Amino acid sequence: MYAVVALVIGVAIGLLTSPTVPDWLGPYLPIAVVAALDAVLGGLRAKLTNVFDAKVFVISFVANVLVAALIVFLGDQLGVGSQLSTAVVVVLGIRIFGNAAAIRRHIFKA
Amino acid sequence: MASDLDDTRPTDATSAGPIPPAPARSSTAARPDRRQQRRSHLLIAVLCAVLGYAIIIQVRATDSGDALATARPQDLVAILDGVNRRGADLTAEIAELQRTLSTLRTGGASSQAALAEAERRAQTLAILAGTAVARGPGVSMVMTDPATGVTPEVLLAALQELRNAGAEAVQVNDVRIGVNSSFSGRPGAITVDGTAIAAPYAILAIGDPPTLTAAMNIPGGVGDTAKRAGGTLVITAEQTVTVDALRPLQPTTYARPAGG
Repeated sequence: MYAVVALVIGVAIGLLTSPTVPDWLGPYLPIAVVAALDAVLGGLRAKLTNVFDAKVFVISFVANVLVAALIVFLGDQLGVGSQLSTAVVVVLGIRIFGNAAAIRRHIFKA
Repeated sequence: MASDLDDTRPTDATSAGPIPPAPARSSTAARPDRRQQRRSHLLIAVLCAVLGYAIIIQVRATDSGDALATARPQDLVAILDGVNRRGADLTAEIAELQRTLSTLRTGGASSQAALAEAERRAQTLAILAGTAVARGPGVSMVMTDPATGVTPEVLLAALQELRNAGAEAVQVNDVRIGVNSSFSGRPGAITVDGTAIAAPYAILAIGDPPTLTAAMNIPGGVGDTAKRAGGTLVITAEQTVTVDALRPLQPTTYARPAGG
């Protein structure tokens, strides 16, 4: 669909421009990417269950990214940045697995 | 995060418990006109594009290996500490290896010098022992014995006179004179180390020619003795005398080298 096309376009732009990560963004970008992946999978799951709402998706996407980055930022300020990063990644990973499991159940009925 | 959690769980709940909230959702989704729907689709597309872009950026940054640029200060300190310790270890290893190298170099040089010295001494000893051909300035003497009056003692006196004068290598006829050489026999049938020699006796000696010549011509010396015995002694100083008779090397039966 258009979302997948947009994703591919973003990948293509990234491949073509080969940008570098700004220093201040370095620690937050991986967490933000994982959070965004979680939001996208959540949106896909909602789409498959026919309860997809564009507004909810957009807000959850942005909020996920911002909250994840905020937590890491807070952790850095408190001196436990790496531990909190690990914690966020673990939680998001669990959620991604949950969403993926729901999507799998919808697609394969198993 | 929490907001998304709240978002997905109730929607699951609505899909599970079907009627009341789901129509509300669908009605809110159906109410906006096409333009607003298109705008939200555009927004979603932009977000997805940003996600793809960010993924690529992050993958690139991880691949390019400049992880240090994004690392935290604590991690950097730990890495720096490790690098410093490794550098110190390598420096110590370099010093150790250089010490070993210099030791080996000096050892090699000294052993080479020792080898050269040993070879030089071996050559000198071979000349003294009579196992090597010797060449150098010296005298060539011929003692005739027409009256058969030259005794072994005359030849022995001549040899001792030569040695006193510093002769380093001597041969009589074809016999090389060594440390244990002996003259025996009787006039006309003299043997040196068991080898019979016949007149005229040719004596080659390597040494300082003037000294040797003077030693032979001392009044009452070898020359006079030979004359008294009825013979003659002709002495020729030469720049190059070749003493090419050799003595067989006799291995020692009892004596062994002791130490270095």
